[in-house]
Amino acid sequence: MNAMDKATQWRLLGRTQVEDLVIVPLFAFVAALFLGALVMAATGVDLAVIGQSYVALVKGSVGSLNAVSETLTAAAPLVLAGLGLALGFRAGLFNIGAEGQVVMGGLAAVVAGVALGDFPAIVALPGALLAGALTGAFYAGIAGWLRAVTGAHEVISTIMLNLISYRLLDYLLRTPLIQKEGRADPISKSVPDAAELPRLLTFIDANLRVHAGIFLTLAMVAVAYWLLFRSKLGFEFRAAGENAVAARFAGMNASLTIILAMAIAGALAGLAGANQTLGVLDRATPGFSAGIGFDAIAVALMGRSHPVGVLLAGLLFGALEAGGRQMQVDAGVSIDLIAIIQSLIIVFIAAPLLVKALFPWGFRREGSG
Amino acid sequence: MRVELKNITKRFGPVIANKGVNLTIEPGEVLGLLGENGAGKSTLMNVLCGLYDPTEGEIFIDDKPVVFDGPGDAIRAGIGMVHQHFMLVPVFSVAENVVLGVEPTGALDHLDLATARAEVERLSEDYGLAVDPDAIIETLPVGVQQRVEIIKVLFRSADVLILDEPTAVLTPQEVDEFFQIVRSLCEAGKAIVFITHKLNEILEISDRISVIRRGEIVGSGDPKELTRPELAEMMVGHPVDFDVARAPYAPREVILDVADLTVLRDHGAVAIDNLSLKVRSGEIVGIAGVQGNGQSALIEALAGLRRVASGRVTFDGTDITHISPRARHRMGIAHVPEDRQRAGLIGNFTVAENMVLDTYYGPPFAKGASIDWGRVHADAARVAEEYDVRTPSVFAAAAHLSGGNQQKLVVARELSRDTRFVIAGQPTRGLDVGSIAFIHAQLMAARDEGDGLLIVSSELDEIMAVSDRILVMFKGRIVAEYAPHIAPLDKGEIGLVMAGAAA
Ligand SMILES: Nc1ncnc2c1ncn2[C@@H]1O[C@H](COP(=O)(O)OP(=O)(O)OP(=O)(O)O)[C@@H](O)[C@H]1O
Ligand SMILES: [Mg+2]
Repeated sequence: MNAMDKATQWRLLGRTQVEDLVIVPLFAFVAALFLGALVMAATGVDLAVIGQSYVALVKGSVGSLNAVSETLTAAAPLVLAGLGLALGFRAGLFNIGAEGQVVMGGLAAVVAGVALGDFPAIVALPGALLAGALTGAFYAGIAGWLRAVTGAHEVISTIMLNLISYRLLDYLLRTPLIQKEGRADPISKSVPDAAELPRLLTFIDANLRVHAGIFLTLAMVAVAYWLLFRSKLGFEFRAAGENAVAARFAGMNASLTIILAMAIAGALAGLAGANQTLGVLDRATPGFSAGIGFDAIAVALMGRSHPVGVLLAGLLFGALEAGGRQMQVDAGVSIDLIAIIQSLIIVFIAAPLLVKALFPWGFRREGSG
Repeated sequence: MRVELKNITKRFGPVIANKGVNLTIEPGEVLGLLGENGAGKSTLMNVLCGLYDPTEGEIFIDDKPVVFDGPGDAIRAGIGMVHQHFMLVPVFSVAENVVLGVEPTGALDHLDLATARAEVERLSEDYGLAVDPDAIIETLPVGVQQRVEIIKVLFRSADVLILDEPTAVLTPQEVDEFFQIVRSLCEAGKAIVFITHKLNEILEISDRISVIRRGEIVGSGDPKELTRPELAEMMVGHPVDFDVARAPYAPREVILDVADLTVLRDHGAVAIDNLSLKVRSGEIVGIAGVQGNGQSALIEALAGLRRVASGRVTFDGTDITHISPRARHRMGIAHVPEDRQRAGLIGNFTVAENMVLDTYYGPPFAKGASIDWGRVHADAARVAEEYDVRTPSVFAAAAHLSGGNQQKLVVARELSRDTRFVIAGQPTRGLDVGSIAFIHAQLMAARDEGDGLLIVSSELDEIMAVSDRILVMFKGRIVAEYAPHIAPLDKGEIGLVMAGAAA
């Protein structure tokens, strides 16, 4: 009780926010690395290799220009989808459907990109991105509409929509409009150059994959921040999420809020999908979403549903992903271990009280304010 | 058991809620704790019941120092608290709520409800706390819920009971019954700390009174020797004027016309039964009645928050029966919800955000799609100052304000804007005498500017103090009307009608 009280005690100084957004995740990260090392030790990996693998983790995530490029590339879609989820969480909606929205948005971006391929990039690229965003918004909007009008809980409906999206993707990839000419397997046409998110550093090294999607991502962080904390709509989202009864009494339209929050979350997830197909993969294939929509849930939670927090969390997850690949190469550690460390981080972050108990000196003492 | 607080100081960041407080609680006695809104009463008692660690100072039980790490420790030491806002599980039975957290268990950790029920029955027997152990909490009137809270504390064998504004939500009859209970507890040797803003209550029931102002104890006394004005002056530091100045009654045209209104409760029972009433510009109509006779449904229907089954509501010539709350708001209808915690405020929002909770969308606060926070903060600071909402700043979370200051925040939000009609439910619940006088003056000022006002309150004194006309509600109907400008009011008679004498 005292600890809970502590968490809600005093906001004026912003100290609570700093603890939430920076200190807890930091300690969670350290604790997870430590436990990860224990897991490795328990599976018979010897100490030298454990050390080597953590060195590889750092090297592969920030140790070189290529590493940074990989980290950013992996982070961008996680941040985009995570922003959408964060908006939903703020509005009291537990949207599990980012994965399906990523799939639908990514596919729509390819289709639009192919259709707009003959236009100049200034038309084709925004058009393809917009198609991704709108399709994601529509797909998430279904769940929002179901919730607002029929009361169907969004957790259930978005899980179902995820499953539908996988099958729908497989099916659509075989339709003549989308399937690559001359192929029998489910694979889409390639995105024409005009609709591609251009790579940024190919003039240094043709293998650097970082692309213009990171600017889109940064812009969306700013937009999400503005939306949440500066706009009327965000005020309504936050009010509905904090106290739906008071929001209704204040004259806010609950149904509209739910539908809009879902749709905007879907638009951002759709952009994440478009970011992948237009910037990294160049096409849509079965499973191209690669679980981004699920990892983004962790990113949004770790970022405490705050746009800046989501950005930081997304970068961390991107770094883990890029560094993880290097771990595998350099130290021969299984990629599953990275998944374990990621999961441990999430567990620790979901339990701030545990982190505070493990590192008591990192936090304010009760009563001292 | 004798409890002593020595030199207790409690800080929240820069806010000093309690400063060097010394207080002794003797067995078998009722200690009345009195003080303005935000004076630090709840905080002090939260320190005593283990919810807060004191920043400085010590607690002694029978001259031995004790340290509580959480309310569990305090209750084991025999100190239990009934909070300003109840903490019961609405869908559990009385017995289940009472044993929650300290469940008696049988073999294989099986919940032994029979023992629990027997224990509840014994306690209600011993102290005259009539309740049915099997009743579900949400079906019980507040007065009975409160008894459950008290039984809960007694079940944990508390010798010191802290009751934070227990009478704020009770009807006059319930208050009488409650005082009986308090007396029987004292006879059994329990010590009671009783917090209230009602001076007559504290004079009636206390054996000793301590007054707290801005975190410090500023005086103590014997209720037999103190008068209401003296107490009020001790509380605020200067004499308080209880009388509301009132301009002559000069009503104008009918602004709100409710015709044959029928409204249902959530589960279909009739809450408002074919009710008609009119409110004119420039008059205050007070709805008196025992809680639960449809007043809440009436307010919600008029605010657009509850569907009207049949009948018509006309505002200034326009049919508003089915329009949205926002549309009514735009027409200048303000609404002070009865339940500030649940419906009036968002605890995790700042004072400023709460101040614009229903005005953020239009000028002067909105600019296009965004909110002009600079403007919001400046305005909120001005209104908070004007209505004496005591908060360290407009950036503080509303949940951190004292109960009375939360109430003032809601009232300030609704009255500070341009209104033509005010619907207010329990507008002064939990306010201190000075604040009540201030809010009444504000209501009166709105009336004198030509607003129509409909006030619902379970405090008959409040209704009689502010109303130009009084309507008594019973079982969803208006059963009587009184107008002080026609005939002097007879409180006894109105009380009887409220209890159903005219129906
Ligand atoms: N958790 C908290 N965080 C920050 N400030 C707090 C907190 N709780 C109380 N305060 C501040 O401490 C002061 C005393 O509050 P408290 O609730 O004790 O008043 P009170 O005497 O019970 O008033 P009321 O009669 O209105 O209930 C107030 O200024 C309040 O804003
Ligand atoms: Mg209080």
